[in-house]
Amino acid sequence: MNNVVANAEQKPLVRIQNVSKVFGSTYAVDNISLDIDEKEFFSLLGSSGCGKTTLLRILAGFETPTEGRVYIDGKDVTDVPPYERQVNMMFQSYALFPHMTVADNIAYGLKQDRMGKTQRAERVREMLALVQIEKLGQRKPQQLSGGQRQRVALARALAKLPKILLLDEPLGALDRKLREQTQFELVNLQERLGITFIVVTHDQEEAMTMSSRIALMREGRIEQVDSPRRMYEFPLSRYAADFIGQVNLFEGIVSSQAGDQVLVDSEEAGAQLCVRHSQPMTMGMPVTVAVRPEKIRQLQSGDELPNKMSGVIREIAYLGDESIYHVELASGKRVKYTQPNVQALAELPLTWGQTIALGWQADRCGLLAR
Amino acid sequence: MTGYSGGVTGTLTSLWANLRRIRAGRWLVTGIPWLWLVIFFCLPFLFILKISLSEPALAQPPYLGWIRESADGLVSIVVNFGNYWLLWEDTLYASALLGSLKVASVSTILCLLIGYPMAYAIARAPTHLRMPLLMLVILPFWTSFLIRVYAWMGILNTNGILNNALLWLGVIDQPLEIMHTSLAVYIGVTYAYLPFMILPLYATLSRLDPALLEAAADLGARPARQFVTITWPQSLPGVIAGAMLVFIPVMGEFVIPDLLGGPDSLMLGKLMWTEFFNNRDWPVASALAAVLLVVLIIPFLLLRRYEARVEEAV
Repeated sequence: MNNVVANAEQKPLVRIQNVSKVFGSTYAVDNISLDIDEKEFFSLLGSSGCGKTTLLRILAGFETPTEGRVYIDGKDVTDVPPYERQVNMMFQSYALFPHMTVADNIAYGLKQDRMGKTQRAERVREMLALVQIEKLGQRKPQQLSGGQRQRVALARALAKLPKILLLDEPLGALDRKLREQTQFELVNLQERLGITFIVVTHDQEEAMTMSSRIALMREGRIEQVDSPRRMYEFPLSRYAADFIGQVNLFEGIVSSQAGDQVLVDSEEAGAQLCVRHSQPMTMGMPVTVAVRPEKIRQLQSGDELPNKMSGVIREIAYLGDESIYHVELASGKRVKYTQPNVQALAELPLTWGQTIALGWQADRCGLLAR
Repeated sequence: MTGYSGGVTGTLTSLWANLRRIRAGRWLVTGIPWLWLVIFFCLPFLFILKISLSEPALAQPPYLGWIRESADGLVSIVVNFGNYWLLWEDTLYASALLGSLKVASVSTILCLLIGYPMAYAIARAPTHLRMPLLMLVILPFWTSFLIRVYAWMGILNTNGILNNALLWLGVIDQPLEIMHTSLAVYIGVTYAYLPFMILPLYATLSRLDPALLEAAADLGARPARQFVTITWPQSLPGVIAGAMLVFIPVMGEFVIPDLLGGPDSLMLGKLMWTEFFNNRDWPVASALAAVLLVVLIIPFLLLRRYEARVEEAV
């Protein structure tokens, strides 16, 4: 609600107003309202079937919403066909024209705009340079690697210098190394060109790395819209907490509140948990305490922290840079705790079956309503 | 060490055995069609060639062999090129060839004009409707070709269904003379060969990735531009396959011009029939068949070249 009010004066570039899309009897998009500002790198994040691609296709004009309106630049474009929208899209499958060369693919949109031949050739050259495939202009798409095709698709979508670029899983078909490298290239490109990017992705890491804001979607609705940092540190729901990163959730009941400290009795944790929370709470209200594995510390004897518990190490996942420990509490609840592998192998102190004490500060965890 | 090298030889041996087995399999797979073509196409064609170079005779079979023994015991080989010379000299054959070329080209274009929208509509139809629609295209094949042509006679006749309907509606007051004109031939040929155009077109159009059209629309192309720049070039292989499947058989078509056509619809197939069965001039008929084959091989070779170019590009 806050967002809408703040952006009303600023006039958002894209305004999605109470948009729904029904296929048969299922709501692919269920009454979504969303404002996206100029020059944002905005991600629509969610698992498959959450409606993120449908929402993107509504913005591109390939789907007409069953209800609601879409405004771009203050103009109602709900019924404007895709070929008249100042929006371009990079397709998940790239959808490169197989019977045209790379240069002709990039020039396609410019030709539709009747841009002059010399100007067109110049723009194609610029675009090829922009995505660093200068030498591939005369190749056919079939003669390119996956990474090169991705670049052609990007260049083709950017060639008309649209105000808004829609990207449907832009890095989905690339292997991990290339994906990480391309993430930063996309961000740099977006900053350099000043174009608003709206990206659909199911990869939370990708969304976190690239976006200025993320809309987390679930079953056609928006779960939360926030910056990556706020999304991670202050998730508003169990779903959001669980979807992005790892999280430990403890069920409990609010037992007291003093200042900005809320005490929660949790049987699962086998302790009273202390959470920093400024909003007033009702006593006896069922809540969930969420704490990220990396916020938990291993306690040495004599360490004092407001949240403390101990358990037995049941499983260790060694990931190289860090290790994840599954620690079983007396209640049977397993707590995930990660530790960066600072030590060399020989000094590795923790092992299976070992009992360790864990704890965290009151401001390192959050309260979620149940 | 020995165990290691033994392993390598073992692997090589089994690799060789595998290769040989693959080779044998390949020979079997390609060999059967080869054998088929040799027995049922090459050999008969060689017979035809041989007959076309013989002299006609009033005998059974109605031509003379190449090797003849004269009364004084001299054996001579007589090869007669006169039949080909006749084809060249008598303008009847050239105009029959032109007539066939004209009917084949016009009906290929008609089939394309009618078949393309049909194939496109079927390819874009909801999935559950595609098979029934395709079945409707194929359904006429379940009736004899001859019966279907006779049915057209019933429709196009001076007092046939079409004329009676038009007269009854008051559109015309004189029956139309369609039967035994080249118009009747075009109608019959286009009707009979339409499925051969639709099926390959459907095959390519149904494989067309809809995302390509969306991408074109996204880049500013209106539906007409999308068709010209994306759909049409993408469907060219189907257009060419369909055109071949219509053009080649229509070149040799004889039933339809014989039953529906009149004196003005002179075509090679009909002429060949006349030479074989009415005039019993097997050598000239064989020469005609040989010429027709050469004429038909040219577009086929062009197709092969086009396909090779497409494959190279892919």
